[in-house]
Order: sequence, then structure tokens, then C-alpha cells
Amino acid sequence: MESKNKNNHSILRIEGLKKYFPIRRGFLQKIHGWVKAVDGVSFEIEQGKTMGLVGESGCGKTTVARLILKLLESDAGKIIFQGHDIRRFSEKEMKPYRKEIQIIFQDPFGSLNPRMTIGQSIEEGIRILGNKHATNRKERLETLLSMVGMSSDSSDRYPHEFSGGQRQRIGIARALSVEPSLIVCDEPVSALDVSIQAQIINLLKDLQDQLGLSYLFISHDLNVVGYLCNTISVMYKGHIMEFASSEDIFNHPHHPYTISLLSAIPDPDPDIKWHVKPSNGHIGDSDVVPEGCKYQDRCTIAETACLKDKMVFEKVRENHFVRCWKAAKNHGSSPD
Amino acid sequence: MNMVEKKLSNDFYIESPLPPKRTRMQEFQRHFGQNRLAILGLFIFILFFCCAVTGLFLTSGSRPIFDPAMVRLQEKLRPPLAKPNLDSLQPQEVPALGVYLMGTDDLGRDVFARMLQGAWVSLTVGFVAVGISVLIGIFMGGIAGYFGQHHIRTDHILFTLALILGTGLVIVNYTFIGIVIILLCLAYIFYSCLARHESTEKETPVLKAVLHSNAVSVDTLIMRIVDIMLCFPSFFLILTVVALLPASIYNIMIVIGLTSWMGTTRFVRAEFLSLREQDFVAAAKALGLSNFRIIFRHIMPNAIAPVLVSATIGIASAILTEAGLSFLGFGVPPPHATWGNILSNGKNFIFDAPWLTFIPGVAILIVVLSFNLFGEGLRDVMNPKLRERH
Repeated sequence: MESKNKNNHSILRIEGLKKYFPIRRGFLQKIHGWVKAVDGVSFEIEQGKTMGLVGESGCGKTTVARLILKLLESDAGKIIFQGHDIRRFSEKEMKPYRKEIQIIFQDPFGSLNPRMTIGQSIEEGIRILGNKHATNRKERLETLLSMVGMSSDSSDRYPHEFSGGQRQRIGIARALSVEPSLIVCDEPVSALDVSIQAQIINLLKDLQDQLGLSYLFISHDLNVVGYLCNTISVMYKGHIMEFASSEDIFNHPHHPYTISLLSAIPDPDPDIKWHVKPSNGHIGDSDVVPEGCKYQDRCTIAETACLKDKMVFEKVRENHFVRCWKAAKNHGSSPD
Repeated sequence: MNMVEKKLSNDFYIESPLPPKRTRMQEFQRHFGQNRLAILGLFIFILFFCCAVTGLFLTSGSRPIFDPAMVRLQEKLRPPLAKPNLDSLQPQEVPALGVYLMGTDDLGRDVFARMLQGAWVSLTVGFVAVGISVLIGIFMGGIAGYFGQHHIRTDHILFTLALILGTGLVIVNYTFIGIVIILLCLAYIFYSCLARHESTEKETPVLKAVLHSNAVSVDTLIMRIVDIMLCFPSFFLILTVVALLPASIYNIMIVIGLTSWMGTTRFVRAEFLSLREQDFVAAAKALGLSNFRIIFRHIMPNAIAPVLVSATIGIASAILTEAGLSFLGFGVPPPHATWGNILSNGKNFIFDAPWLTFIPGVAILIVVLSFNLFGEGLRDVMNPKLRERH
């Protein structure tokens, strides 16, 4: 039923998105090869929902975020936002959509202009909405600050006067200033300590309830993602390896990479014996991409067929897709 | 449950105290105040500035109080603090202070008046030349840093070269060939404008492909121009240009400015390159701000510190260059006094009247030194990494 109403519900749909970075070497800077940072990524975010994008460092999560915001030019694929393919849009055509997608950054220190007060930074966005009167802008600024739990007397202070968590709140306020419908959260809590993480995550959740925002939540912390997200995409070397609802990923993971990631989550209970199901080795050079499955060199269940075959996205259940023929087959033969 | 949690956390948050408010200016004053040499430099600079401005008013006009051009041949080469011989002078020839504060030169002109007039020259040359070079530097550096990845097409380069060639030919009186070349260029612009509107589906011919290929990036082009400009020994370049142009103080300012923008360009480019990748610039782009606003409101204020420092030191070197040019006789034309040509005139009488070389020399030394000290103090304050820890 859900798949039929796809277009009505989805705010952002990505299809086969690709971004290759050239590797240039030598005096003439000839192109030596390509880093396939994002290699055919597809997913969908429903209106008012949160999708988690998880994966280890260097797997292309942040690149996906930057491609969606068009801070980077993508090479192929479709970015369908509210029914329009914005991938090839010029800066002028992009203008009405710019304010609809906003970003929250990982680094709370680099994401605010050190020479502008908090008020000035946030007001840049308020100005975009065309708020002419200074008093209206001031009001809106105070509303935004109180929405993220900051007092309004912080507006004429500079970023260096705030802590990491406070700066992250200010970053959220700036993103909200243009009344977006989708916010890309690029590891918003990774640089914060655990108590502040909880505050920020709850803040994001409350804002979603109040404003009906959709999130693309990028993280490497599965606990956080599991708490916040409705659906989860697991990414590895520029590919989505598994896509499912949050419960399915945690309770019925199929891809060996997902299983290995889940087993690495530390459990606070000291009595539970911790069984990490390791991957073999660690992430290799991205510019030497093997044929066949990208995960073959670290996979615990890889066979010779994995070295040749193209990876296919196989459906194992309603809204649960796995890019591993073996996992899909195992599931098919013995349904739980 | 979440609401309760959030309420708690946020209430806690609002009450958590903010540090005492301290603006950047206060921080700046605190750090700058510790640097005694820089304070000294700033003090001398302000003094020099006041002298130059009052000097301009005291030495100009139809009947100036200190007349730098007043020739008193009977009073020549008087030492500093000498009393004028009132018997041999007309009443209007007596110096305003009643004493030759810095002596007189070989024509009996009051050196103090001439120094005052020269101070204004040095000040304006320093500021205008550095102003020009900083403007060019910020412009070129900003373009190279922000738009550096854009490419210039081969035909654009050829077209620009042809236009320059055509204009050059017209100037050196090969009018016919020059005009033909310029007309060809205009025809090409016209043609390519037309061709853009026709959506040609056929495969592009080789010549067109070559012409439309990307030749160099903007960054490469600008930085190679900078390298080329730096290859010339700049003082001799200025000498050549000044020898060709009619001697005037404005030409000298412009020429010094046009030959000293390269350092600023490199600074600004480097700053722009690193700032462009910062998250706050990405956020500004995501908000949908225009390039203009991003450059001037978000990047420039963060990039300006090293430019200010190099500008302060640049003023010192511009003053020095002007003095050097005047000393060699290529500077400001003679009736007008500058520190350089007072020095130059004085060198013939260095044993009879040492004050003629000593006074302008020391003045140049003190002003240049004060600018350098001030500039270095600024650099230390603005770059926290260089700040000394006590």
C-alpha cells in the first residue's frame, strides 16, 4: 500500500546518485583514476519522517549530504525533491528550493562565522524569507532562539563565547530560520559528549513534532540512529548495502556488514558477554575497487560468486532491501 | 516523556551562565596593549599623520605660513636653530618661528618648511599606493580563491589577446591593421552569441571543439600573472615606467600601487581557499545567499587580517620607494619638496651641511620603522598562534 502512494508521501527521492572524484597525478595533472565516493545511491525520505544513513568513515555519507544540498555537483542520477528533479537545476532555478533543504554540521566550531554575532548569523536566513521590518526580524530571531532553548540575550554574542552544544543549537536555529521542510543532519552529535548528545537529539525530535520536519540523519552511531530514525540505510564504499525500517535493521539484519556493525555496539550491561562478529581487515583504498561485491574482501560469508557477480538490491520483505544475494537467498530458504 | 526530558534539559540550559561579554575589540586592545613597540609605532604614526596634515595647511596656499619655496640666497646653508639675519631679509622672508628650526639649504630655503611639505607627500604616496595595491590584491586574490576552479575557454584567451594587439597597433599608428583586428574580434563575439541561440544537434567540428576547450583555470591564470609580475625587479620596473610617464606625484602613486599588489593577492587567495571550504560558508550557500554576499559578508571579514598587516608594512615600503625615486631624480618634480629630493639635494653638501642629509634620512628611518613595528604588532595580535605566552 505504501509503495503505491510513494510520490505523495516522499519529500526526497534519490535515484542512482553518483559522484566520482578524479585522482590527478603528475606535472600535467592527468586524471589517473576515480574515487567512486558515491556510486549509485538510491533512497527515499518520507514527509515528516527521519531516515538514518549509517556507515564507517569514508564511505561517502557526507558526500551524499553535500550532493543533496548541491554544494557539490553530482555526476549522474536523480535528486527528486517535492516532485522536481533538482540535480541539474541552475543556481537561479534552485533559488526557491534552496531554503527548503538545510544542513546541520558535525563541527560546531567551524559551522558559525567567527566574525558575526549569533543574531547576525541567524538573521541571514530570516532576511532570505523577505522579512523587511527590523522589529519583525528581531521577534523572529527571539522565537528561533527560544525554539532551540537559548536565551535571547545571547544574540549579540560571538560564537567563541559558546560551548559546543550551544553552538550546535545555534546551528539548528540558523537552519530553521528559512523554514525548511528537510534538514540534512551531518553527524550533528558526533562532536558532543553524551549528555549534550541527548539534549540535541531530543531537541531535534521535538522540532520534528512541532514543525513536521523531515530529517536525513547521518551518523556512525547506531544507538542514536536507532532512537531517532524511522528507516535506516547502511552505506559501504559508496553503496547502500541494506535499507529497512529501524526495527527490521535492529531485529532482523541480513547483510553481513550490517550484522557486523550491530555487533560492535557496546552494551552497558556488564554481565552480557560481548560477541563482536568482526569483519575481516578494515576499509581499503577506495580507488582500488574490486569487481563484484564491494564488501567481498571483508565479508565472512563471501564465495567465489561474490567476486564476479554484480551486486543487486534484493527485496527480502516489504520495505527491506539487501545488496547481498546470499543473505537474500538464506532468508528466502528459511523465513523467520 | 520526551517533552519532560526536553523541558528539563532546556531549562537547565538557559540558566547555565554565559561567560562575561567581551568583544573582539576589547580582546584586541588587551593584547595590543602588551606590545610596547607596537604602541610606540602607533604613536609615531599618529604624530606623523598630524604633522603631515597640519604641514599641508601650513605650507600651501598663496601666502603660506611656512613657505617651502622661499629662496633667501644670502641665508644659504645656515645650521639648525640658527637665528635669521634680520638686516638682510625682507619682513615677509623671515621664517615664522623666528628661527631656522632645521637650518636652510643651498638656496636658503627653510628645511623645516620643506620637511613639512614632504611629509604630506610621503603620507599620501604611502596610503594611496597601498590603497591601490590592496584593492587590486583583494580583487585578484578573491577571484582566484573563490572562482578559481572555473575555466577560461581557449577562444576567450585568443580573443582577449587579439583585442590587446589591435588596440596596441592603433596606438602605435598602424591604425588600419589594428581596426581590422578589433572588427574581427567583434564579429567573432557576434557570431558566438548567435551560435549559442541555435541549438545545433550535429557533432561539433574539430576547430570549434578546440576553441571551446577549457584552456586554464582562473586560479592558474591569475597566479601565473602574479609570478610573472614578481619576476621583475620592481624598483627598476618602476624606474622604467616613471621615466616614460610625465613626472607627477599621482603617476608615482599609481605606478607604485600597480607594482606591489602581488603579495596581497597571494594572501587573499590563500585565505579564501581555506575559508571557502569552511562549514559556515557551506551553510551560507545552503541558505541561498548570493555569491556577492558570501564573499563580502562572510569570507572577507575573516580574510582581512593578514591583508591589514601586509598593508601597514606595505606603506613603509611605498614611502621608501618614493624616497628612493625622488633621490634618483625620477620622483616628484623639483619645486615640490619631498624627503627624497631634500636628501638628494643635500648629498652635494654632505660635509658642509650634514643636516641636509641627516634630517630627512632620520625622518624616513623613524616613519618606516614605526610602520613596520605597528604592522608586526598587528600581526602578532591578529594571529593567535604567533602570540607569546607569558
